[in-house]
Amino acid sequence: MKIVLIQLLLIIVVIVVALRLLRDRGARTQAVRRLGLTLFAGFAVWSILFPSVWNQIARLVGVGRGTDMVLYALVVAFLSFTLTTYVRFRDLEARYTRLARRLALDEAGPAQAAQSVPKHQEEPYAGP
Amino acid sequence: MNDTEGTDDTWVVIPLYNEEEVIGDVITQVRTAFPQVVCVDDGSSDRSAEVAAQAGARVVRHPFNLGQGASLQTGFEYALSDPSMKYVVTFDGDGQHQVADALGMVERLRTGEADVVFGSRFLDERSKPGLAKRMVLRAAVGYTNLTTRTRLTDAHNGLRAIRRPVVEQLDLTQNRMAHASELVAQIGASKASYVEHPVHILYSDYSKAKGQSLWNSINILAELILR
Repeated sequence: MKIVLIQLLLIIVVIVVALRLLRDRGARTQAVRRLGLTLFAGFAVWSILFPSVWNQIARLVGVGRGTDMVLYALVVAFLSFTLTTYVRFRDLEARYTRLARRLALDEAGPAQAAQSVPKHQEEPYAGP
Repeated sequence: MNDTEGTDDTWVVIPLYNEEEVIGDVITQVRTAFPQVVCVDDGSSDRSAEVAAQAGARVVRHPFNLGQGASLQTGFEYALSDPSMKYVVTFDGDGQHQVADALGMVERLRTGEADVVFGSRFLDERSKPGLAKRMVLRAAVGYTNLTTRTRLTDAHNGLRAIRRPVVEQLDLTQNRMAHASELVAQIGASKASYVEHPVHILYSDYSKAKGQSLWNSINILAELILR
């Protein structure tokens, strides 16, 4: 079997990305993600060396060609990425909103002090 | 109704975002009936905050724009820091609400009729939204009723009067427009009693230009579904 240049490039990219992702973050729930990532990277390298696995998978699930299969997988992956990113941004937004609110309220002081502030000119209510 | 003696236990919360043209008049109007007004300036780029302070409102300034829902929640927490507060009124800063309506709503809280009074522009014929706006508002309230165990005629009305114990339970996390439905949902879940009060929405050219476009209803729906 002879390795084409593009295969070499792709394998290097997959390994570098996988290593980078493995090293980042420290939560214990990351363990599952890391296992999955390792498997995924392994499969990526495998499918680069033997592109025909995609054809086999495609035939297994009833899709015409392996390239179509790759496209479908990509669409699903991209959608789930979009959704998880959206949710993560929402959490982040909720967090910095609380922080900003705390700042704003601390800066304004307690509402109780309103009574001691001299009231501005009170005009008689002229009706709506 | 001419004196402000009896309303010291009420805080009027006005979310404020780039309304310098009208906010001064709005606050002056409100303060003829309710002396305690807190404006939550949501990172306005104009002089809204200064104008509001000059008009006699207390101003809480968000360091940057967070959205109207976040502004309301900030206003609630500010009002809660006053131990003598019994009622909170939410009021729009663009001049489309009437002070007389707010007074009537707080009065209904005082009589113990309910814990929350929602303003509704559909209980009488005074307000005149356009056909498209009417349809969108109907759809919004249909969706809200469907998902929140409440029965309302106008869920996206910024004029509300709320009793303190209910305000204490509110925690709005929908920063953008979907907060109106979220507020209704939290009140529905808290089993607080509520009534609707007919209010007059003044669709001035100003409020029309400033108001949310119909496109925003799509954003609201998306925010609610992806909650």
